[in-house]
Amino acid sequence: MLGVLLLAFSVVSVASAELCKPDAQNAFKVRLSIKTALGDNAYAWDANEEYLFRAMMAFAMRRYSSKSTTQISNVLLCNVTDRVSFWFVVTDSSKNTTTVPGSEVEAAIRMNRNRINSAFLLSDKTLQFLKISTTLAPPVEPSTPVWLIVFGVVLSLIVAGIVFLVVAGIQQRKKKNKESTERENLEEKGEVTITIENGIPCEALDLKAGHVNGVFAADDERFTSL
Amino acid sequence: GLAWRQCGVGRAEHLWADSGSRTAAHLQDMEKARPLWDNPLQFVFACISYAVGLGNVWRFPYLCQMYGGGGFLIPYIIMLILEGMPLLYLELAVGQRMRKGSIGAWKIISPYLCGVGVASVVVSFFLSMYYNVINAWAFWYLFHSFQDPLPWATCPLNSNRTGYEEECEKTSSTQYFWYRQTLNISPSLETSGTLQWEQALCLTLAWLVVYLCILRGTASTGKVVYVTASLPYCVLIIYLIRGLTLHGAVNGLIYMFTPKLEQLSNPKTWVSAATQIFFSLGLGFGSLIAFASYNDPSNNCERHAIIVSLINSSTSIFASIVTFSIYGFKATFNYESCINKRNLTPLPTETIPYHTDTLPPSCRQAVQGTGLAFIVYSEAIKNMEVSQLYSVLYFAMLLMLGIGSMLGNIAAILTPLTDIKAITSRFPKEVISGFVCLINCIISLVFTMEAGNYWFDIFNDYAATLSLLLIVLVEAIAVCYIYGLRRFEKDLHTMIGRKLNWYWKAMWAFVSPLLIISLFIFYLTDYILAGTLQYQAWDGTQGQLVTRDYPSYALAVIGLLVASSTMCIPLGALLTFVRKRLKRERVSTVA
Repeated sequence: MLGVLLLAFSVVSVASAELCKPDAQNAFKVRLSIKTALGDNAYAWDANEEYLFRAMMAFAMRRYSSKSTTQISNVLLCNVTDRVSFWFVVTDSSKNTTTVPGSEVEAAIRMNRNRINSAFLLSDKTLQFLKISTTLAPPVEPSTPVWLIVFGVVLSLIVAGIVFLVVAGIQQRKKKNKESTERENLEEKGEVTITIENGIPCEALDLKAGHVNGVFAADDERFTSL
Repeated sequence: GLAWRQCGVGRAEHLWADSGSRTAAHLQDMEKARPLWDNPLQFVFACISYAVGLGNVWRFPYLCQMYGGGGFLIPYIIMLILEGMPLLYLELAVGQRMRKGSIGAWKIISPYLCGVGVASVVVSFFLSMYYNVINAWAFWYLFHSFQDPLPWATCPLNSNRTGYEEECEKTSSTQYFWYRQTLNISPSLETSGTLQWEQALCLTLAWLVVYLCILRGTASTGKVVYVTASLPYCVLIIYLIRGLTLHGAVNGLIYMFTPKLEQLSNPKTWVSAATQIFFSLGLGFGSLIAFASYNDPSNNCERHAIIVSLINSSTSIFASIVTFSIYGFKATFNYESCINKRNLTPLPTETIPYHTDTLPPSCRQAVQGTGLAFIVYSEAIKNMEVSQLYSVLYFAMLLMLGIGSMLGNIAAILTPLTDIKAITSRFPKEVISGFVCLINCIISLVFTMEAGNYWFDIFNDYAATLSLLLIVLVEAIAVCYIYGLRRFEKDLHTMIGRKLNWYWKAMWAFVSPLLIISLFIFYLTDYILAGTLQYQAWDGTQGQLVTRDYPSYALAVIGLLVASSTMCIPLGALLTFVRKRLKRERVSTVA
């Protein structure tokens, strides 16, 4: 019985050794710079910290895939060094012999990066997943660029001003033309009215009171022809 | 509104006359009623608005820095007295006396000199083509100032969001914004690239603004110059107060005002002072003649000439105080952050570097070019609190300065055109102005291409420099020796009612022409000695400017630019000579 257990244990450990090794498929290297980040308050990296890491990975996987099957025992660590770097894989909870695809692990870590960082009091720079590059926050961009809006406002103002001035100019010119033609008409009328004969306007003579004396009417006969 | 004053000639009361003399009265009316400024203040503001431009804000402080700080003021003021004021008074007097644009005015002085007027119009045409692009850039920056944070404050992220854009990493975010996001500059002049629609839009807007301001001639221009002349001073005062309270500002001011008198022995100092005075006042373009032609004949243009030149120079000095406090702040900030970034050992605080030579090579920045006004100031602005407000103010000021100068340029083109009866009888003024603006706008779209900034530099450096010197020289000689200094003196006496001081006569007749000749010779020898002409191209892969040679067709364009304006003068004289000869022959054959 004991022998069977020992055999099973050795098989499992051999299997895990095979699953988790540097540059294994779906394995990730992690590097922590605790002293750089915390200085005097740096904590030592021991088995408890490793346990916490495995717990955070399991938590991340659970949150990402939202199926609560990943166990802490599914996260395997190996090749731990003193400057604190190590490799880890996440094994499939249903079958212990295969690993969860790297893309899923990467996505899970990206989703929960903040939580993982804060669990260790570290940041993106000091807790590095070497294959997962950090993404910077994209700038907030409105749907229409702001400058186009301001441009549109100024453009409409200027065009309105131009149209107003041009139309006003045309109207002024029309008024001036009308005025000058009116003035011309007035001048012609003025010529007629101003023709004065002995203090009596001819117009009055022609149209108002008085008859035309027939004796003097035929003007052209007044003078003897030459 | 328009002030239609009939210059002392009363309108003939020929209402009852026969039709013949009525038309004569009408004709008399049209000729005498030239549009005038509403009051002399509009004229002064127009001249100030035209003369005070971008050069006062960025070129004078740069020259001050290069040629001895406070000591540069000595050659500057001497040149102002020897050449600036006299030539300005000359142009204003000619315009006011002849009451015509540059072509008509010089034709009256001597029929052989119509080429001078045409050369002025050609140079103004070139200038208006490329100058409005600066207004387009000012609009672009102004529109982008309404964001938080300012777009040139941070680098954009690269495509997979793992870091910043490579080009932006190599250089600074302000330079990246200028070279990549504003200009989208190509690596050399040969690669023209495509039209940048954003820049084309801003350029169209700039031309529409100019059209709006000149639409009604002096009626509209006279109102606009109240704003374009005064707003820059308000902004400069605000910046002065802000600038003096910035960290490191006092260092910049101390650097500027400590005179380095050894620079006075450098001939380049004197040449730069003379050149700066000459171009800063905008002599030779015909704009001053155009503005003065709309004056009342009894206007005291002597006093106005002195006022305008003094205000122009004091604005330069004032602007350089502002600029140096900003430079000081920016240089200190850049220097400190650069030292920190590269972990270099800091220099002792007394030698904070403002001059590029004393900066460590990795911390140097380009200090040349029109882009300087945009890069240096936008860099300083992004580090201030409430940077959006200062950004809006600054670029609004640049816009006012630029539009004020553009109004003068366009007036220099339009006034001679509207003087020609054949054109004004057929088309109304609005159509002529619109046509000129449209042609200019279409041609200047060239400057919005990817290589457009290189063509801009060509125009900026060569379109106006030699030609203007020649034009103003011919102007001075023409008035003094061809028209006759005594005759001109008598004209001025009838016009203004004051006797001409010996100072003006001495300057016009001897000193100013001699100065211009020496400047001309200096520039010619400079160009000849330099051999091939070179330009600064932006290399995106390195993130800095590199020097390249101009291709042959660019050199051809440069030659064409200079030749097309300078050749007008002899060609005009030749044409008039030929025409007179033909007329004399015709008369002699008839008789």
